[in-house]
Amino acid sequence: MHLKRADNHTWRKIKSTLASGIAFVSALLVIAPLGLVFFHLLVNGAGSVNWDFFTKLPAPVGALGGGMVNAIVGSLELLALAGAIGIPIGVLGGVYLAEYGSARINSVLRFLADVLNGIPSITWGVVVYGLVVLRFKGFSAYAGGLALGLIMIPLILRTTEEVVLLVPNGYREAALALGVSRWKTIVHIVMKTASKGIITGILLALARVGGETAPLLFTAFGNRFWNHSLSQPIAALPLQIFTYAISPYDDWHRQAWAGALVLVTGVFCVNVLVRILTRGRTASVV
Amino acid sequence: MYRSGLPLLTKVLSFMAVAASIAMEERSVQARMASPSRFGDKAFEWLTLAMALAVVVLIILIGWQLWIGSSVAIKKFGFHFLLTSTWDPVAEQFGALPFIYGTLVSSLIALLIAVPLSIATAAYLTELAPLWIRQPLVSLIEMLAAIPSVILGLWGIFVMIPWLRDYPFPFLKRFLGWTPFFSGPIYGPCMFAGGIIIAVMILPIITSVSREILRSVPDLQREAAYALGATRWEATRIAVLSYAKKGLFGAVILGLGRALGETMAVTMVIGNTPQIAASLFKPGYTLASVIANEFTEATTDIYLQALFEIGLVLFGITILVNLLAQLLLRTIATTSATRAVQ
Repeated sequence: MHLKRADNHTWRKIKSTLASGIAFVSALLVIAPLGLVFFHLLVNGAGSVNWDFFTKLPAPVGALGGGMVNAIVGSLELLALAGAIGIPIGVLGGVYLAEYGSARINSVLRFLADVLNGIPSITWGVVVYGLVVLRFKGFSAYAGGLALGLIMIPLILRTTEEVVLLVPNGYREAALALGVSRWKTIVHIVMKTASKGIITGILLALARVGGETAPLLFTAFGNRFWNHSLSQPIAALPLQIFTYAISPYDDWHRQAWAGALVLVTGVFCVNVLVRILTRGRTASVV
Repeated sequence: MYRSGLPLLTKVLSFMAVAASIAMEERSVQARMASPSRFGDKAFEWLTLAMALAVVVLIILIGWQLWIGSSVAIKKFGFHFLLTSTWDPVAEQFGALPFIYGTLVSSLIALLIAVPLSIATAAYLTELAPLWIRQPLVSLIEMLAAIPSVILGLWGIFVMIPWLRDYPFPFLKRFLGWTPFFSGPIYGPCMFAGGIIIAVMILPIITSVSREILRSVPDLQREAAYALGATRWEATRIAVLSYAKKGLFGAVILGLGRALGETMAVTMVIGNTPQIAASLFKPGYTLASVIANEFTEATTDIYLQALFEIGLVLFGITILVNLLAQLLLRTIATTSATRAVQ
């Protein structure tokens, strides 16, 4: 009896160690794709990221060389358009939730924002196609920017709300007690205090939509040349990567890898920047 | 008793009167102080309210636009659209069944792979791992979540598929080839590859939401288990995992929502052939990828309408799944769990 209990105890301990081991292996498997993708991006892409890549337009079909400068600039233009739509709406909406809304309204709006976040990005492409492209008879940078901007709204709204709620009530009370009006208190005291967190949320949202391809397929459409007007189709880095990846040409595959490396580097830089911004905060906001 | 009743009543009444007068005074003071900028206050409140209502407007807008865009197709095909499997744009025959099938099967494969791994990782991160390893691991998982879908697709085409075709697929075929799921020739791009790439896409989200859920389990649960002599794993299993069952289910459903709508990476590896085949080695097609591939090629109005209807079906499925996920996550009353969703 005594022996049996001791055995049982050892067995339970072994089982516990075993379970920890399995969980550890699972964690390794989860992060393995990150390492593998990064490794292959470096191996296949690093050799093709050169001066030409950042300065030249895509070469004509069949010709070797060329770069993606138009796609890089196009992506930045699209992000600017998206920001112009997504940032004001998201930030002010988040401020409403944190400062004004009643508990019931807030829970409904929060719920809908989270549901919106789960809607596939391709759906936004279809919707904007119907709203803008069909109506104005053509693919355009405006349509692409709108699609990305709409995706940003719920993301920014939720992060803004959270960081604004973190501002201590004493700040508001102090300002109000000095006779500052409510809206000035919110803009100059509350939002200013939370500005780091708000900017963090905006940067994360930009990094997220900067890598989106699906909503741009039939809104921005892509362009092998410079875009001279925002009402014309425009190139974007993720779109160009997609087009090149599914093409039959080796030289294009090479450039797709290079583009992917540049895009991933950009996205990771933003994430690192965010980490630096939020460093030292005990409760990470995002 | 009765004699002391009256003075008490007068006392209460006088107290109420004083309170009321104080309240009145306070209000008038407030009004006086607020009056110079009351317009600014109201305007700002209404402005922010209008922006917050954007989320309501957007959901209605999506539904309305998809409905308008597909109204002719809905009238023309009715329920046959969902139940037939011929997709022939030239003959104007449109049936979405192969895409619905492909979406469900690829997502199911993804969940079968991702759920055990994610929940085990979440348990590792909150319960089992040494403290110093936790934060770096969490950061790495966040970085995986930040990789754009198109880049994962690129990696899928040129690295994952050749590897799968050379090593695991022949192995699976040798040992499980007698089942219909792993029979037939191995092409490379196929339903199984699509499922695997979706699994990679949803691993980070299921892991981070599950982690938040496990973190919200009260420490009392763990302490009770340890006090009864449980080992670390027993405490995790009995006191933590089973306590958080509902929330973990919510995390899985949330992952399912993402899996159903995953577009670029799947489009690049699934093979894009509208067919319903038992073998996972055969190419498939999903709702999202048919939109991605054929939208710009839709030359006739009815073709475009059919694609809009595919979009409507996808929207319908994902919104239901997401509603369910949010309801499950919300009932466990953690603000942190919904935070991890993004």
